[in-house]
Amino acid sequence: MYGKKVKLRFAFLGLILASVILTVFLILQSLKENVVYFQSPSEIKLLIELNKKKIRIGGMVKEQSIFINSDEVNFIITDFKNEINVVYSGAVPNLFAEGKGVVAEGFLKDKNYFTATKILAKHDENYMPPEVKEAIGDK
Amino acid sequence: MLANQIGYYSLILGLLLSVLLCGVSIKDFNNIHKQINQNVLSLSFLQLVFVIVSFLSLIISFINSDFSNETVFNNSHTTKPLFYKISGTWGNHEGSLLLWLLVLTLFIFLFLIKSREQPKKYRILTLLFQQIIIIGFFLFVLMTSNPFNYLFPIPNEGLGLNPILQDPALAIHPPILYLGYVGTSIIFSSSLAAVTQNYVSKQWGQHIKKWVLVSWIFLTLGIMLGSIWAYYELGWGGFWFWDPVENVSLMPWLTLTALLHCIVVLERRAALTSWVVILSITTFTLSMCGTFLVRSGILNSVHTFANDPARGIFILIFLFALIVLSLGIFFLFHKENNKSSNNFFWLSRETAILINNWFMMYFLSVVLIGTVYPIFLDVISSEKISVGPPFYQKLIVPFLIPFLLFMSLGPQLKWIKSKIENKKSLIITFIISVMLAFFIIKNLTTNLLFYTVLISAAFFLFFTTLKELFIKRFDNVSQTVSHFGFSLLILSVLFNSILSSEIITNIKIGERYDYNKGEIFFKKIEERKESNFNSIIAFFEIKDKNGKTIELNPEIRIYNQPVIITSEADIKTTLLKDNFLVMNLVKGNEYFNIRYQVKTFMVWIWISVLLLSLGGIMSLFKRKI
Repeated sequence: MYGKKVKLRFAFLGLILASVILTVFLILQSLKENVVYFQSPSEIKLLIELNKKKIRIGGMVKEQSIFINSDEVNFIITDFKNEINVVYSGAVPNLFAEGKGVVAEGFLKDKNYFTATKILAKHDENYMPPEVKEAIGDK
Repeated sequence: MLANQIGYYSLILGLLLSVLLCGVSIKDFNNIHKQINQNVLSLSFLQLVFVIVSFLSLIISFINSDFSNETVFNNSHTTKPLFYKISGTWGNHEGSLLLWLLVLTLFIFLFLIKSREQPKKYRILTLLFQQIIIIGFFLFVLMTSNPFNYLFPIPNEGLGLNPILQDPALAIHPPILYLGYVGTSIIFSSSLAAVTQNYVSKQWGQHIKKWVLVSWIFLTLGIMLGSIWAYYELGWGGFWFWDPVENVSLMPWLTLTALLHCIVVLERRAALTSWVVILSITTFTLSMCGTFLVRSGILNSVHTFANDPARGIFILIFLFALIVLSLGIFFLFHKENNKSSNNFFWLSRETAILINNWFMMYFLSVVLIGTVYPIFLDVISSEKISVGPPFYQKLIVPFLIPFLLFMSLGPQLKWIKSKIENKKSLIITFIISVMLAFFIIKNLTTNLLFYTVLISAAFFLFFTTLKELFIKRFDNVSQTVSHFGFSLLILSVLFNSILSSEIITNIKIGERYDYNKGEIFFKKIEERKESNFNSIIAFFEIKDKNGKTIELNPEIRIYNQPVIITSEADIKTTLLKDNFLVMNLVKGNEYFNIRYQVKTFMVWIWISVLLLSLGGIMSLFKRKI
């Protein structure tokens, strides 16, 4: 019915379409698995069930809450309504200090304890991550 | 004070010249003379001079610490070393845009000089399209980010430059990167001009290839410099973090690399014309998008100087207008020349280059979606998410295997119709690669099969290009050098990620820390005063299991203006590995937080990127045969 050239062109188009669909599917699938959500301590209190996925928590480091020993850093993240205890072993950025904004990435043990795998470095004393600003409500 | 005035009025004169240039060149367009009117050239030169004057006067304001200038006040300080006073000129939003403008005008002037053999109408149209971009940037600078705003009363002292930007690599990173970014504007303008003139041909390919190469070389080097800086200054101990700002520079690099390959097809076979034009438009659009995302403050990063929504909106509108204009021109004027050989035989150089382009587009879509999706979701549902490195690694690394294999075989093919030659030697090379990879990987990692296949593919490319370098005549040596550099890059990145080790601990002065491969001894600290910072220098002795010791002295700097604490990593580089130690201060505590890393083949990552761009440079200076 169709010439050889047309058939070839259809096959080619089909191939392109298939690979595009495959690409989009792959990307979306992997996006679903690797996305890290950001939550404030108050949002975590509202959780009904604990998620096993990696999340980010942001807020202020509570005054007088940092305790350090040779392998761990313990501190409390607060949004002035609720707070959460964080256990962390790893590199600490220089701007990590009591009374400053912080974003920690890791896993929830329960609603009060958070095991951080990374504390995000920010480069500017005056700079506050927008997420944190929102979490503590423009204090 | 005076410099301020001169700088500002030169900018306005430059903008007026743009308008004048458009007028004169439109008038010249239908003139029967073969060459462009000399006035056009002189005007373009004059425009360049005005922008240079404006840029120089900003530099002078910075050198003199003239705090009546708002930009200087915000980004400089009297105690800063002269070198960083000067580099501070482009280490901020306003100054960096002025640099954009400088490169834009410089490139169009160079284009006019260098394109004398090209058709006149095409040259004038390129000039016109470029002037549209230039006018846009003039307006952007003058309306939203004037570098010469006057401050009164004049402050005594400036706010200072963010210390992490006070660094030699970062002083030259913006100019180099901009030469790459802005270089794509010439490709954009000239491809639009070529489309309107129906001049997308072999000759055009030959002529524009130089510009593609120039942009590509600078973009590659610019990205590398940023990466080197991030490696030693941020103290995260890596060279690529899939940070949105890094991605934003990688995206135009991917399209530019694709363009670099298919421009060769255009040059040889006069095929793929629409694809070349589309890539040219995309590359520049992505460069502009990068500027938009970084400058608007949508992305959080070191590069976010100030969050001013007006700037974002201006660039967004401008970008949108450019896209509409370019697509409009493309669909109205572009004619696919049917007679030409768009049907490729399945086994040929052209097909190989097309495959390269497909991979590039795939990598591009991964990076694009990973970068844009969080912004998109935030706007749609105000959910805050971030996309981490695993996303990119999972989607890109496996596809490197076929990519590397095609990259090894592609250059062996001939144009038009080819068959695979030297099958035997290829198979032998392949077997050697697999065996080598297997024996190296065997004792190292858990994911044996995957890494063996991946590293075999990389070795295969490594050996085929190496063989080509030695055996073949030097007919395509630039391409081989670049491909060889790429294989070296992949190999060093892979071994770097497999073999590197890291120890993070909190340690007090005088303490020893034992780990399974050795011992870290924190001897003492010393304090030192510099003009613009105080520093704490730590003395560490690290003993590995063979009893070999190295001394590393990382530093913590407390800058006085602005008050910022930075960590300076101490790195001992050898050909085999980098020993990297960085120390952080936890306020009000006697513990120091240290991160010690042994990074295998680190220096080879930089060397291979240099080789990659060296290939480009060689191709640029290659004599025409």
